[in-house]
Amino acid sequence: MELLVATAIGIMTAAGLYLVMRLRSFPVILGIALLTYAVNVFLFASGRLSVGAPPILRDGVEVYADPLPQALVLTAIVISFGMTAVVVMIALGAYLGSSDDSVNDAETDEDETEGAT
Amino acid sequence: MSLFLLVALPFLGALLPGLMNSAGRQACAGVTFTVTLAAFIGLLTNLPAVWAGEVVTARALWLPELGLNFTLMLDGLGFFFAFLILGIGLLIIAYGRAYLSRDDNMGEFFTYLLLFQGAMVGIVMSDNILLLLVFWELTSLSSFLLIGYWKHLPEGRQGARMALTVTGMGGLAMIGGMLILGQIAGSYDLSVILQNRELIQESPLYLPALILILLGCFTKSAQFPFHFWLPHAMAAPTPVSAYLHSATMVKAGIFLMARLWPVLSGTPEWFMIVTTAGLITMVLGAVIALFKHDLKALLAFSTVSHLGLITMLLGTGTAFGVLAAMFHILNHAMFKAALFMSAGIVDHEAKTRDIRLLGGLRKLMPITFVIATLAALSMAGIPFLNGFLSKEMMLKEADYTVLYGTPWLVAGLATLGSLFSAAYCFRFISHTFLGEVRDDYPAKPHDPPSGMWLPPAILVSLVVIIGCAPFLAEPTIYKVTEAVLAGVKETPDYHFKLWHGLVPALFMSMIAVVGGFLLLMVFKPLLKTWENTPRPEAKVIFEALIEAIASLARTTTHGLHNGAFSRYGAVFSVAVIGASYYAWTTGTLSSPTRKMQTAEPVMWAGWLMLVAATGALVFFHRNRLLALVLIGIVGLMVSVGFVFFSAPDLAMTQLTVEVVTIILLLLALNFLPNRTPKESSVLLRTRDGIIAVAGGLAATAMAYHFLLRDAVATPISEFHLANSYKGGGGTNVVNVILVDFRGFDTFGEIIVLGIAALLIYALTETLLNSSVRAKLLNRKPDQPRAGDMHPTMMVVLTRVMMPVVLLVGFYIFLRGHNEPGGGFISGLVVSIAVVMQYMASGFNWTTSRLRYPYHGVIGAGVLIAGLTGIGSWFVAKPFLTSDFTYVRIPPFQEFELATAALFDLGVFLAVVGAVMLSLESFSRLAYRPGAEQSDHPMDIDPSRDDPPPLPPKAGRVSTEGA
Repeated sequence: MELLVATAIGIMTAAGLYLVMRLRSFPVILGIALLTYAVNVFLFASGRLSVGAPPILRDGVEVYADPLPQALVLTAIVISFGMTAVVVMIALGAYLGSSDDSVNDAETDEDETEGAT
Repeated sequence: MSLFLLVALPFLGALLPGLMNSAGRQACAGVTFTVTLAAFIGLLTNLPAVWAGEVVTARALWLPELGLNFTLMLDGLGFFFAFLILGIGLLIIAYGRAYLSRDDNMGEFFTYLLLFQGAMVGIVMSDNILLLLVFWELTSLSSFLLIGYWKHLPEGRQGARMALTVTGMGGLAMIGGMLILGQIAGSYDLSVILQNRELIQESPLYLPALILILLGCFTKSAQFPFHFWLPHAMAAPTPVSAYLHSATMVKAGIFLMARLWPVLSGTPEWFMIVTTAGLITMVLGAVIALFKHDLKALLAFSTVSHLGLITMLLGTGTAFGVLAAMFHILNHAMFKAALFMSAGIVDHEAKTRDIRLLGGLRKLMPITFVIATLAALSMAGIPFLNGFLSKEMMLKEADYTVLYGTPWLVAGLATLGSLFSAAYCFRFISHTFLGEVRDDYPAKPHDPPSGMWLPPAILVSLVVIIGCAPFLAEPTIYKVTEAVLAGVKETPDYHFKLWHGLVPALFMSMIAVVGGFLLLMVFKPLLKTWENTPRPEAKVIFEALIEAIASLARTTTHGLHNGAFSRYGAVFSVAVIGASYYAWTTGTLSSPTRKMQTAEPVMWAGWLMLVAATGALVFFHRNRLLALVLIGIVGLMVSVGFVFFSAPDLAMTQLTVEVVTIILLLLALNFLPNRTPKESSVLLRTRDGIIAVAGGLAATAMAYHFLLRDAVATPISEFHLANSYKGGGGTNVVNVILVDFRGFDTFGEIIVLGIAALLIYALTETLLNSSVRAKLLNRKPDQPRAGDMHPTMMVVLTRVMMPVVLLVGFYIFLRGHNEPGGGFISGLVVSIAVVMQYMASGFNWTTSRLRYPYHGVIGAGVLIAGLTGIGSWFVAKPFLTSDFTYVRIPPFQEFELATAALFDLGVFLAVVGAVMLSLESFSRLAYRPGAEQSDHPMDIDPSRDDPPPLPPKAGRVSTEGA
């Protein structure tokens, strides 16, 4: 079970990294989203895995999953929505302004010759 | 006056000149003068205590953990320097008022001047060496502003930059030295450090500390080989030069050497380094000064030379050396400030400082002539002027000093330096003022108004008074010397007198003066030889060095930072993977402490779906709509995973966020192209693939490693589980952590979320107000549009569902404290309910029914959360302390009322507002105010077929058809 979660994190990370290194803004956003999943699951897993032990207090139940990573990841999920929205907005603005959704600057000649003065 | 006020006055006063700028030049200079005068008088109020040998102190804790405290002290040495800084400062301000032209921004000038003055006063009064470093850096910065005051002159900018680079680098070295010194002594307080002479000198770290501190002092005081910045700083307005290079900036290094003299001096290392550097600087500066044609450059190199002289005297490590050094500091400050001001007058009136274009000014500018001549003769060491007295003391000290085992070396070089010194003084007088009156001056020279000649005149009268009656200065200098010596050495028994008998120093003095006179006689052939000798030009070397460093930085930066985002991603990933690989291989790995749990088939199924969706996403990412579907599957599987691993709250959050994220991306795809073109080469994709796989393997390894091991320390979650119900009144521990234990975090998060939404709104506004708007209005959709804008079934369904969804949201919110749910999740659920209306019934329909703007909803949420937190102040509890109680209102069961629920309400509102504001902003991009929009379901989109077919006119049809 642990191996499955670990490989899932790894696969999402790999896919996220690959997409982040693409040349257009949309795949980069998808890559960031995938990395977000990976990181959130990774953080969540730092509470170790437990099945059938939600951190809802019940009489007579002694074993609970670690609630702290869950609380932290919960806010992280919501914040990552805000972040994604901002990145998408920036990408959209850049595309609408220039009709080009490349993430890299166009190749320019060395025209910046700052003098010593 | 309190020392705090004394140090603060110039800084506070620095605000005034800028404000007074519009009130006129007189008011501006007047207020500066008043501030300085107040500080000066404040300083004098401390005179009785300091004179009685007391050390006035003032302390305030700043960062006691770091040993950095705002402790000030005023002893004889500090008083002496502060007196020079403020006293000469007053004269400079008066002079500056007359010197600056109408084109110069006087408020700016005096602001910088006061900042600089405050920093200098801070240096000489600091008791804490870390505080001293702060002021030290402030002088570097403010002198940069002063030297570069004439921003339009390239020389000014270059000189300011050079001064900042050199003194800044020295300051950096000195920080290291001071930290070592503080570590050795166990305290950063000077009062403690000065008591620990043996401890410091026996420490193995003494030499590194000494070298680093001396680097700071030598760069500041322009000692060889760092002397080159000072002459270039002459591009500053003359009042600045007169201030910085007579009494203040360059004396800071000297001051620090004197301040630390009791603990650092007396060792062979100190003697060798300081005396050698001083001697070289003194001779070199004097020789170069003789051949400079620019009056200010001549004076600049003479300053370098005199600073070398003082450094050498401090280097000898004898009490008499200190006495002579202190006396010379006083004398040099006076005659050098007067000389700089005279040079400024000549420049101001004759419009040139080139000595070759001058001469014969004696008849045209008699007052200036008298002032400059007296000051220059004092500098040359002519009797009845104060320079003579200290120079003779220097020669006496040099006579007794043996360096490198050669008895005549120091005496010989000191005499040589004095000889050249006398020569350039004579040249200054004769080539500027003596000789025939010329008729080719760039301007008609005449004596300046009294505002300009009075300040140097005051200084020169002091030069003469001390020169004739040296016993007047004696008690002061003795007090200062005592303060420097700090009991390490006996104060020497020596009296300031004009005539000490036929001592060796007198003969050396005579050789110097006569030699200097003879040198001037043969100046012309000498100059020819000098000009034909190749010399290294410091500025050229410095600039080549800077250029080399800059081009190295440029190559590195442009290589890594070339505007290619994908390259940054690759560089960053490789760096992180490399670093973690290093940590992995060099660290120790413990053996597993947990057993692997068996995976049930359902887990395998979920895993397979996740992996398949992720793989397909990479494979099909060019088809953007398909990619969106696939990433939705990934998110769904992650949510399922959360359910499976006992995290119901996370699953609900992930699921709802997933919905709004997909909607958001769909809205974006409305404008973005639907396909990603194939651009990157196979090689590039292979490279990215390798990096990605390496990153994935690293993440897998790390996750797998810690999943099989227990935490190294007991997690604090035990506390949360134990206190959730008792202290927080809720059984859903995750929710209690969010709204109670870590409520402050959550408060911060909703603010961040709100800011993100406002940012999106602002960006949308910017786009809509730019040329993009026209583009948006004229946009042709790149794919066929649906036949009806608002499908009936969807409209009916969403409107029916709306109250149901709201009820669910309300239910999730209420039960959040005890069961999975809470403000975040219900906020997202309610947002989805509203978004559905936008999607089904249209932007117009929904907006017209909207009562409250989303900005207000965000603000209300943050306010409610914040006020709930503040509420606990009224019962004298810390911010965000929660409270709860159980109440029973008859027909209902007993239920709980908690302040945490109020806080959660704030979270709820902030989330709803933020999500809705973001999505609404995106839809506004597509909104066309002019376009026909209908409220009716099943309307036909009129803009679908573009251009709309014209209704055929009956008459024409037949003819066209024929």
